[in-house]
Amino acid sequence: MSEENKNYLSTGDTVKSWLLTTDHKRIGILFLFSILLFFTIAAVAAALMRIELLTPQGDLVHADTYNKLFTIHGVLMVWFFLIPSIPSVLGNFVIPLMIGARDMAFPKLNLLSWYLFIIGGFFAFHAIILGGVDTGWTFYTPYSSAYSNSHVVEMALGIFIAGFGSILTGLNFIVTIQTMRAPGLTWFRLPLFIWSLFATSVILVLATPVLAITLALMSVERIWGIGIFNPKLGGDPVLFQHLFWFYSHPAVYIMILPGMGVVSEVITCFARKKIFGYYFVAFSSVAIAVVGFLVWGHHMFVSSQSIYAGMAFSILSFLVAIPSAIKVFNWTMTLYRGSISFEAPMIYVLSFIALFVIGGLTGLMLATLPVDVHVHGTYFVVAHFHYIMVGGMVTAFMGGLHYWWPKISGRMYPEKLGQLAAIIMFVGFNLTFFPQYILGYLGMPRRVHEYAPEFQIYNVLSTAGASILGVGYLLPLIYLLWSIFYGKRATANPWNATGLEWQTSSPPPKNNFHETPVVTEEPYNYPPLNEIGEITLASNEHK
Amino acid sequence: MEIPYTIQARPDTGVYNAKLGIWLFLASEVMLFGGLFSSYVLLRVGAEPGMWPHGWLDVRLGTANTIILALSAITTLLAWAACKVGQFGKFKFFHACTLLCALAFLGIKSYEYHDKWIHYEIKLNDGTFADGHLVEKSEDFDLAKKTGTVTLHGRIVNDETLLYDLRSQKDIKLDEVTVKAADIKQMENYGPWHNTYLAIYFTMTGLHALHILGGSIVIGFLWGPGRKMWKTNPTQFTNRIEVSGLFWHFVDLVWIFLFPVLYLT
Repeated sequence: MSEENKNYLSTGDTVKSWLLTTDHKRIGILFLFSILLFFTIAAVAAALMRIELLTPQGDLVHADTYNKLFTIHGVLMVWFFLIPSIPSVLGNFVIPLMIGARDMAFPKLNLLSWYLFIIGGFFAFHAIILGGVDTGWTFYTPYSSAYSNSHVVEMALGIFIAGFGSILTGLNFIVTIQTMRAPGLTWFRLPLFIWSLFATSVILVLATPVLAITLALMSVERIWGIGIFNPKLGGDPVLFQHLFWFYSHPAVYIMILPGMGVVSEVITCFARKKIFGYYFVAFSSVAIAVVGFLVWGHHMFVSSQSIYAGMAFSILSFLVAIPSAIKVFNWTMTLYRGSISFEAPMIYVLSFIALFVIGGLTGLMLATLPVDVHVHGTYFVVAHFHYIMVGGMVTAFMGGLHYWWPKISGRMYPEKLGQLAAIIMFVGFNLTFFPQYILGYLGMPRRVHEYAPEFQIYNVLSTAGASILGVGYLLPLIYLLWSIFYGKRATANPWNATGLEWQTSSPPPKNNFHETPVVTEEPYNYPPLNEIGEITLASNEHK
Repeated sequence: MEIPYTIQARPDTGVYNAKLGIWLFLASEVMLFGGLFSSYVLLRVGAEPGMWPHGWLDVRLGTANTIILALSAITTLLAWAACKVGQFGKFKFFHACTLLCALAFLGIKSYEYHDKWIHYEIKLNDGTFADGHLVEKSEDFDLAKKTGTVTLHGRIVNDETLLYDLRSQKDIKLDEVTVKAADIKQMENYGPWHNTYLAIYFTMTGLHALHILGGSIVIGFLWGPGRKMWKTNPTQFTNRIEVSGLFWHFVDLVWIFLFPVLYLT
């Protein structure tokens, strides 16, 4: 193969060429395999919990083991799968391609992010092997800092280190998007995926340090017995919750905004239409990021926060619904009179919209003070955030992975199997988590391994759904790996999509573009628009 | 592969990549210290009446450290300016000054830490409190076996709140106080575990001192082995001085907030 025709995968296949790479595409792949590992561990923990909950009695695991299972599940899924999922895998891979750049602004820093992630993951993994942590992913004090007899500090250290990786990733994305755009690629010609990742990066940079200091304070309190959070030592346990949720609520938007970016890319491509209301979709990402910093108190409605603070946080939480709804309405309008085809990425995106609407509306219920007091600490909350994080983010991640898979691997995935897996996931997901809304509304508390017998039917349904969901996740794992070797070779632009990433070969050459592209038009300029352009409102948006 | 704007500024934004990067990093740092300052506020307003210390720290030492860091900010700036106009000799001088200021700051800070470390509050069985700096412990001093004596340079008070608000008391008389181990109910030094004020004081100044230390390592590297770059790529070297200088100014700025919050209130 001549030097000219080599792609980023064939420019070296030694272990060293992967572990010391500064190529953003290869780093994206490194992240993909690392997060899959953590996803698998966390999914096994979830499976064990679902099996335990088949019967009202605690017959599979002890209460203590159950506590450790949901902590492992939460910690790994949040910090070692969801947060790096779309940003670090897909974002890393496509941001420079989308903006016509040859790499990130700081390629070495990008690799460092991955190493920090791996070192952090090692500590988390080690804490699990030593016997796990039983505090839940929220590490509430003073239980975590004084009473828990498990490996809290080591787990916190793992998250702390991985957090620095997140900060550096966010920083790298912002600088890259600011300075490395191709000639002609102005801010309002940027793909919406870039806008959403820009907003995500701002949160990564500004919120993650607060988590770092919170976990550090919790750890020094645990190690040296100094009084920050423990009331016995004069500290303030609610202070911990304020600090923790000041990070962790924006973190929820780290876990959903990138998904929304994927939806905007995929929906325009498979509806063959320009996005409806580009400016609104772009700025709603920014609005979600900004307002997201002001709503942390809705996690603390029942933790001695004043009722007036509760009301303020309740209203601010309602406000987040506005930009979120703007996005949903604009996506729906994009579908209107589009020529829609149902390839696998599109099925994922449509299920994203359905599940996000359910998760979002129940979020409004939870933001309502009296309703929250009723369902606080029940399965209703569990169902709500799984609809956002799994129904939303994981679905969008799968959609994005399938959408860019031809670009990443240079091969097509088997379309029929892809569609089947997407449908199985949608069905399995709803069967798993919809019964949990009912369970929560009826009053079943979360984080228990035994429950009253009248709840059994819904738990059985949920476990059955989880098995279907498991099959749904297993399928892509198998056929995507298969397609790397045996899939049909992908052309440069198999979806006939707009966007610079489709103008280079699949897989792209090491330096992305042989010639720096020049951008002369707005994004999502899909051909059908020209035919019906005058009819749809979308075409008038930019005029 | 050529990454654009690593050295030259992008014309429309006026900054090169590393400069934008360091500003974002500093924004992140602001949030890190912001978390600590918020904790300080909440712990302070949540403290029991009369139990938040006033006047525990030596304002003179704090002022000295403030002046030292302010000087170091000036010398960092002069070092960068010297690079900018190509006067490498001046750069070396001013950068050495910055480094010396950093070490002086850390020296004074360690002295202050040590001063707290040997400061003891002793609850006595009769309900009074002995408080002061450790002079000596007798050879057979053992708290558990209740043998021996401990001598402090300090005083004995009846009301614990007198130990907390030092600023409202005039002419505190300090003397040698010797206490028998058998009379001691509880003895604790002024470490971070002593109360929430010291907890947040040590974490805030400790984290700040770590930043000073980190900054010193970077400055030391650029002054020492890193200066070779001046010969090969003076523009990039000047950029490095600017970026590390921005970090250094941030660290100084944090102290400008720490000083009034911890020493003057």
